[in-house]
Amino acid sequence: MIRVELPQHLQTLARVSREVTLEIAGPVTQGSVLDALEARYPVLEGAIRDHVTKKRRPFLRYFACAQDLSHDPPETPLPDAVASGAEPYVILGAIAGG
Amino acid sequence: MSGVRVLVGTRKGAFILTSDGKRNKWDVSGPHFGGWEMYHLKGSPVNPNRLYASQSSGWFGQQIQRSDDGGKTWEAVNNKFVYDGVPGTHQWYDGTPHPWEFKRVWHLEPSLTDADVVYAGVEDAAMFRSDDGGNSWNEMPGLRAHGTGSQWAPGAGGLCLHTILIDPSNPKRMFIAISAAGAFRTDDGGETWKAINRGLRSQHIPEPEAEVGHCVHRIAMHRSRPSVLFMQKHWDVMRTDDGGDNWREVSGNLPTDFGFVIDVHAHEPETIYVVPIKSDSEHYPPDGKLRVFRSRSGGNEWEPLTKGLPQSDCYVNVLRDAMTVDALDPCGIYFGTTGGQVYGSANGGDSWAPIVRDLPAVMSVEVQTLT
Repeated sequence: MIRVELPQHLQTLARVSREVTLEIAGPVTQGSVLDALEARYPVLEGAIRDHVTKKRRPFLRYFACAQDLSHDPPETPLPDAVASGAEPYVILGAIAGG
Repeated sequence: MSGVRVLVGTRKGAFILTSDGKRNKWDVSGPHFGGWEMYHLKGSPVNPNRLYASQSSGWFGQQIQRSDDGGKTWEAVNNKFVYDGVPGTHQWYDGTPHPWEFKRVWHLEPSLTDADVVYAGVEDAAMFRSDDGGNSWNEMPGLRAHGTGSQWAPGAGGLCLHTILIDPSNPKRMFIAISAAGAFRTDDGGETWKAINRGLRSQHIPEPEAEVGHCVHRIAMHRSRPSVLFMQKHWDVMRTDDGGDNWREVSGNLPTDFGFVIDVHAHEPETIYVVPIKSDSEHYPPDGKLRVFRSRSGGNEWEPLTKGLPQSDCYVNVLRDAMTVDALDPCGIYFGTTGGQVYGSANGGDSWAPIVRDLPAVMSVEVQTLT
């Protein structure tokens, strides 16, 4: 079981609470977690990554286990603590704008 | 009993203002989608309970929301706006080629005949169509394929397609406007488009009377005379009587011919409204006086409408999609400001009163006349 934390606006959009859980078959990578998240909540497609290029939207970041994973390639395995469900995978909105 | 529903898009959410036909007392609902930029909301003329809304954010991108109960509840529909084929390039601010990149939906225009058909004007400028109530979107590629597409350049607000007018007498004919490319018309339902900018003159561009490159801010039409269009350009208020083939200036005695909004009285096709704004960089009303100007002669001769509007120390702007008219008699006129006020007039502009005063900056105002 993978735990994913969402920023407030994405919680509202997907009509979920702060943390959602996902089951992932196969390697637990940033790409596979985001694919599973979008498959479960299609309204989030395009809100985190570009529809076509799958590039992270510039004002969002990915964190886990106190590490900034935002620049890691999508096929990079996530830490074991995330894969085991001990720690959440955090999608965070940048502090920016007004 | 008749009534009106005013749909207000702001920088931080949407608001719905409702009143009976007298338009004296108002109920305010919102914010809907708090914290999001609501570029535009509009109802279907076929089914007034069907609303479409453009919800946008620098963080989370574009969403399209749909309501089937007049805005009480909403459902996010498809937000995948992908350009047809290889997008190519348009001109960037510095004159270099720049790839077409989708940023947001500026304007949603529901079909006049089918509540599930809706058009979207987007930045970078293109037109999309949905035939299933927003569940899927396809670009109408004929517009960007217009031979001049590679020359289009963004205005300060971006390369946005902000105006879509459908001819009520001929659904194959539509007019659109792009900042800063100009106005275009299709006569075949969007397969092909023609630039309709003859007569526009824009100083400070290399060719002041070029086929494209004009910063059109807004176009308005009266449904009884779809070949007569009125335009608020970056500078100049313009008019055409032949569907855009030829334009002529009707700025007349306006204190400044810069502005964003323009609209037509619901029952008097020669009565038009603008809000003159000081430019180029100030973007607030001249002399701190918020004045709507009305022409009853289709332009050239204008009278200021001031009753109920602030006549000192007012430095707000009125953005291009932020004026609308209802279909009641007498005709109601509404506009919203960047200061968060929405003003209404229930007598064709003779007098005004604020409906709300302290919303976030208003980006769009539309009204539905309910019977």
